[in-house]
Amino acid sequence: MSDFEKWKALLLGGALNRRDFLAGAAALAGTAGLSAGLAPRAAHAEPKRGGHMRLGLGSGSTNDTLNPWNYPDAFTTMLGYGCLGNCLVEVDAEGNAVGDLAESFAASDDQKTWTFRLREGLSFHDGRPVRAEDVVASIRFHMTPESTSAAKSLLANITDITATEAGEVVFVLGDGATDFPYFLATVLLVIMPSEGGVVDWQSGIRTGPFVLEEFEPGVRAKLRRFEGYHKPGLPYADSCELLSIPDTTARTNALLSGDVHYVDRLDMRTLGLLGRKPDIRILNIPGYAHYYFSMLNDVPPFDDPNVRMALKYAIDREDILAKVLQGYGSVGNDNPIAASVKYAVDPQPVHSYDPDTAREWLKKSGLESLTVDLHVAEVGFPGCIDAAVLFKEHAAKAGIDINVIREPSDGYWDNVWLKKGFCATYSDGRPSCDWNFSVFYAADAAWNDSRWKNAEFDAMLAEGRALPDGEERAALYAKMQDLVQKDGGNIIVAFNDFVCAHSDAIDHGAVVGFPLSDGYRITSRWWFS
Amino acid sequence: MSRLILGLMTLVLVSALIFMVVALLPGDFARAILGPNATPETVAAFRHEVGLDRPALARYLEWISGAVRGDFGLSFSSRSGNTRTVAEMILPRFRNTLFLAGFAALMAVPLAITLGVLSALYRNSWLDRTVNAMTLTSISLPEFFVAYLLMFFFVVKIPLFYSLASVDAGTPLGERLLRTALPALTLVLVTVAHMMRMVRASIIAVLASPYIEMARLKGLSPARIILRHALPNAWAPIVSVIAVNLAYLIVGVVVVEVVFVYPGVGQLMVDAVSKRDVPVVQACALIFAATYILMNLAADILTVVSNPRLLHPKEGGVR
Repeated sequence: MSDFEKWKALLLGGALNRRDFLAGAAALAGTAGLSAGLAPRAAHAEPKRGGHMRLGLGSGSTNDTLNPWNYPDAFTTMLGYGCLGNCLVEVDAEGNAVGDLAESFAASDDQKTWTFRLREGLSFHDGRPVRAEDVVASIRFHMTPESTSAAKSLLANITDITATEAGEVVFVLGDGATDFPYFLATVLLVIMPSEGGVVDWQSGIRTGPFVLEEFEPGVRAKLRRFEGYHKPGLPYADSCELLSIPDTTARTNALLSGDVHYVDRLDMRTLGLLGRKPDIRILNIPGYAHYYFSMLNDVPPFDDPNVRMALKYAIDREDILAKVLQGYGSVGNDNPIAASVKYAVDPQPVHSYDPDTAREWLKKSGLESLTVDLHVAEVGFPGCIDAAVLFKEHAAKAGIDINVIREPSDGYWDNVWLKKGFCATYSDGRPSCDWNFSVFYAADAAWNDSRWKNAEFDAMLAEGRALPDGEERAALYAKMQDLVQKDGGNIIVAFNDFVCAHSDAIDHGAVVGFPLSDGYRITSRWWFS
Repeated sequence: MSRLILGLMTLVLVSALIFMVVALLPGDFARAILGPNATPETVAAFRHEVGLDRPALARYLEWISGAVRGDFGLSFSSRSGNTRTVAEMILPRFRNTLFLAGFAALMAVPLAITLGVLSALYRNSWLDRTVNAMTLTSISLPEFFVAYLLMFFFVVKIPLFYSLASVDAGTPLGERLLRTALPALTLVLVTVAHMMRMVRASIIAVLASPYIEMARLKGLSPARIILRHALPNAWAPIVSVIAVNLAYLIVGVVVVEVVFVYPGVGQLMVDAVSKRDVPVVQACALIFAATYILMNLAADILTVVSNPRLLHPKEGGVR
């Protein structure tokens, strides 16, 4: 019996509760690749068709549109992608890129030419067939000069996209990229109908499990089942409704009173009380998302790698995980690659709380003590103000004085993030090393939080991109993770689970951790029990 | 007439103030709207398109001249192929806000007057004390707390009403009333004290006048004295307090709307501020200001109507 099997047996036997199970499972090396889907309740009811599912989401704004250039939050993502759309590719529970609208895909030997074959008989909500030209137009829509798409830089490597006579789509890349299919699983890259190369994003007519009936930005979206959906049997519900409920208490009460069946963005501090309700289930899904404190590498004193190291050893991540995240997550080791991602390693020595080591690193930089400002706001990451105060206490024992400065949430991402030397931030993570590093750690990446510039790392990143899967690639990514852990500017506090709650009126099977909230597909994958 | 002109001047001043304050909001509007992935060129193009690159005075004059004609311009979230005018965003929301305010006022005003009259009639009795204690308690609690308490008791403990007041144009009146019951009740609780105490105080003041004593000596019943003799002369201060509270029901509901997820103007404004949708923020602020000014004007007029002596100011003044 493997360790994982042992834990599972304990869980099924009732000797463990689910949280202990997850904590134990996460602690076991080699089990991380297993999806959380194994962990929730032992028995699930058989999927049933029918019902009107209501989801209460903590996001959504009157300025939301259906334009896939950007989904600013969970509401727009769940609507534009989860309910209405599909990409060519999706990420499965094991973290592999598999075809969604594409039936199959293959690359040339140099990984520069990728050919995607569409499934037979696909149609849009209005009955029009999905053509290869629609795919071309939908991807090109993000690449135009006037595009402000968040996927624009991701697609910069594409030099040409063509639709062949046989209904295939061929992508030609500037540099070879083994992980290219992952990029096409970006939720923004949904396939939309087009006319003469111009896509129609306004109508919401796409290929997804639900057809849009009514969309009132910042308030609600109402949808009904798409009978021609390409995934057999899905969706289960006849109709669904997404409600924007920004107030946490109102959202929780809506769930308690049965007005909605699912809510996200829970208040971690009262989660225990909520979990005690017999008809409410709390679901936590481990994923790639993480919370971190970011130090700008070109701002003193953080330009000194020894100072960065001192701070990395001066934080008690276990303490923050237990007190702020209530145990829903796993501690970070300053490596942004989650343990379940392909080629993930755990760089040694592990950065754990050690005031003496922190002092030694401080000495190496020629300092006896250190005073730094840490900027936080409610929006940095959930609980980051509490985490920063705990960090202050931890660091004090290492002779580091952290001055916690509370910033207004409004304008935090404009005025504090990437501007102040040391601040709180988060990432949803990415399912591949290349994707994660390209977006957050490459010298020219738009979201390079710490303005970390490492020529050696960048060279390896470019090299690894075109390498075929195998040992050489694994060794390279291991080296890069080691480099980020030791030299990088991000103190990764924890990988946070995605935590949500639903009433026992609805049920679900195995859930995936990427993208968040069961791939944003709750409305189609879950059913009424 | 002079009051009307004064009201208009206030409105113009307020509009200038709104414009200036909105301009002081931190952060670059174009960046906030377009998101972190916008290139400098797109940002520049957007600034030009919505006129952010022109001087503030010119923008103000253009905005205010449009607003006078009822044209509040386009929302910043409006793009080619998906035009959204500020008016079409606000109008359904404003209708919802008025509905909630009206619903709350229908309950609050009669309740306040009844309670006020009763507590004046039975001054210092247990009834007077209970009513005073209860209304003062409810006004002293913050709105959101009253809202959460109501939710806790009437949604979670006894599932009578809904915690979500999210209604849409197609919601039938019955369900609409049921869904908005709690937000309306919250508003009633926070406004009733003010009105009720004013009713009580002004009736008590009138009760001290000689003509009331005369009526009492005539042997009239207390109820008749209050309803026929005292109340008509106590209207003026009551009407102005009611007007202020009605204005509050429309402009002060922001918190209540957010807590109950009611799609009204307040929620829209909060949202627009955080998204830096400047045209919407300005329009909401202007509507709120106009509501206040209009309600005060109405109070003034009603005061005069209820007291005909004020219509004929004599040399040396009246009273």
